[in-house]
Amino acid sequence: MSLVHNFPFFSILLCMVAGIFSSMLKKEAAKWVTLSVSLGVLVLSAFTLHLTLGLDDNYPFMMGHVPAPWGNEIRIGRLEALMATGVSAVLFLSLIAGFYHAPAFVSEQKTNLYCIMVDLALAAVLVLIYTNDLFTVYVFIEIMTIASCALVVVRQNGHTLVAITRYMIMHLFGSGLLLLGIAMLYGITGHLLMEPLGIAVRQLVLTGQYNGPLTVVIALITAGLAIKSAMFPFHGWAPDTYAFAPPLSSAILSGIISKAYIFVMIKFFYRVVGMELIISQQVHQFLFICGVAGMIIASVLAISQRDIRRMIAYSSVAQIGYVYMGLGMGNTAGVEAAVFQMLVHATVKSVLFLSTYELINVSGDRKRFRYLHGAGYRNVPAGIVFTFAAMSMVGIPFTGGFIVKLNLAISGMAFGGWVRALVLIALAMSTLLNAVYFLHTVVSIYRRPTQELVYPAVDPMPRYAAAAMLASLLLIVYLGVGSEPILQVIETGLKTFS
Amino acid sequence: MQLLYENLEQTVAVILFGIGFTILLLQRNLIRKIIGLNIMDTAIYLFLASMGYISGRKAPIVVDGVTEVSAYINPIPAGLVLTGIVVSVSFTGILLALTVRLYRRYNTLDIDVIALLAKGEDA
Repeated sequence: MSLVHNFPFFSILLCMVAGIFSSMLKKEAAKWVTLSVSLGVLVLSAFTLHLTLGLDDNYPFMMGHVPAPWGNEIRIGRLEALMATGVSAVLFLSLIAGFYHAPAFVSEQKTNLYCIMVDLALAAVLVLIYTNDLFTVYVFIEIMTIASCALVVVRQNGHTLVAITRYMIMHLFGSGLLLLGIAMLYGITGHLLMEPLGIAVRQLVLTGQYNGPLTVVIALITAGLAIKSAMFPFHGWAPDTYAFAPPLSSAILSGIISKAYIFVMIKFFYRVVGMELIISQQVHQFLFICGVAGMIIASVLAISQRDIRRMIAYSSVAQIGYVYMGLGMGNTAGVEAAVFQMLVHATVKSVLFLSTYELINVSGDRKRFRYLHGAGYRNVPAGIVFTFAAMSMVGIPFTGGFIVKLNLAISGMAFGGWVRALVLIALAMSTLLNAVYFLHTVVSIYRRPTQELVYPAVDPMPRYAAAAMLASLLLIVYLGVGSEPILQVIETGLKTFS
Repeated sequence: MQLLYENLEQTVAVILFGIGFTILLLQRNLIRKIIGLNIMDTAIYLFLASMGYISGRKAPIVVDGVTEVSAYINPIPAGLVLTGIVVSVSFTGILLALTVRLYRRYNTLDIDVIALLAKGEDA
């Protein structure tokens, strides 16, 4: 075992240790520590990705001194490493682009706490990506919920308080379902590690024992994770939370944290119950229908919003719908497209939230569309970034969004009948609706203000923030142009997943 | 019916879970919601703990030199319950803190009224 084999463990530990030390540091130092942690995790994950690309299979890493069926372990494959690299890259760029306006939302004595929560959220996301133990999944999902609660409620106004209360109620309901599911699964199999669980579940399926409880377990865990990742129709908590949180928190929450739940779900489907059982129990059809409904209805709701941040929040729900549609197709190509969409959406949505803040900021802190007229001239880089990110959302070629839609359509073509029709119709309608609200926004930020509004002068956005946003833009273009190797990694990674 | 009676603890646990999450989702009073959350979590702990217990056996602490596995119960569910209790205590703490903040601001515990009041404020 070489040094690089330890890197996933190091990256988790790094976040946690940094979180502890951040509480004692001065606030500027804490910011620097958080920034360097995300860069450190990015470097470590990139090394891990490089290592796993050379390996044929994933490898387990023992946590503690007790071997596999009893002890806890993490399991590292190329898909996990790819996700960790993507997530930490997005977080790093978001922090550079977003940290400078934290003082507008976070009071001075809370800056350290904010940094701790960012570290903690990254640690939880990494654990959820790498872990191989269902109870660890539960514990870190709760840690992530606490961290995201703090990230939102750090902005002290009535809206965030109400939004976060709703958020907590739905999330706690979701984790209750998840925990009950895990408890029942433990009851019928006697394992918590995913590989022994997988073997035990296949045994149960073969012998036909505990068929009912197994269905209940799958339903409970799927529903719990679906509620937590804002799948339509369980998305009620999402728009307010994303719209009223500090912009950096919105970027982290909708870009990174919501993806971790879906990654856990994919892992549960592949490694624990097996995709065959999911298909024979028709769970995938439920996800498929919800995904398609979310893509269309959330887009319609997005059109009806007059507040730009709520519009983007609803578009988040619609984009999660794409992921669930891919996942719900149940074939490998669909799941591949879903995983790719997770990466694309993480990049695009975080930069959208951050550039929207800049546009709002130069419009006198007003979020209605009519006040945003001309914002693209008042802050040129943010306007460009927003326009390109919006193009990716619509699915213009050479952006990541195009590849996602292409792959979803191709994997939908593998089916006959109503599934194929539904996939193509949903994609076409959703693209059209996306075009309506995003291009409308782009037009309105480049339109000359009609009424004579006075926009207060604001400090220009720092150069490094603009550079970070442009770097995210390059990442979006890279996902659109150089997607072939990434799709390759996802394809081979999914094979080693089961 | 016989089956339900034989698995009495599990049946009770699932019923309690249902009561808990109904309170959590349907009650408008925040304190009641928190109580519902606690009932829901406690039901799961009952479920887990009852699964780990085997009647006639002892907690797995070696005394008097008895080391056969058959003399002891499975300690893992108890460990899971402890972890779960820590999680639910911290969540109760956070929710109570949120409730205090909301009450100071709006002088009511009704979430619907609070949402209405908050809507009137500037974003």
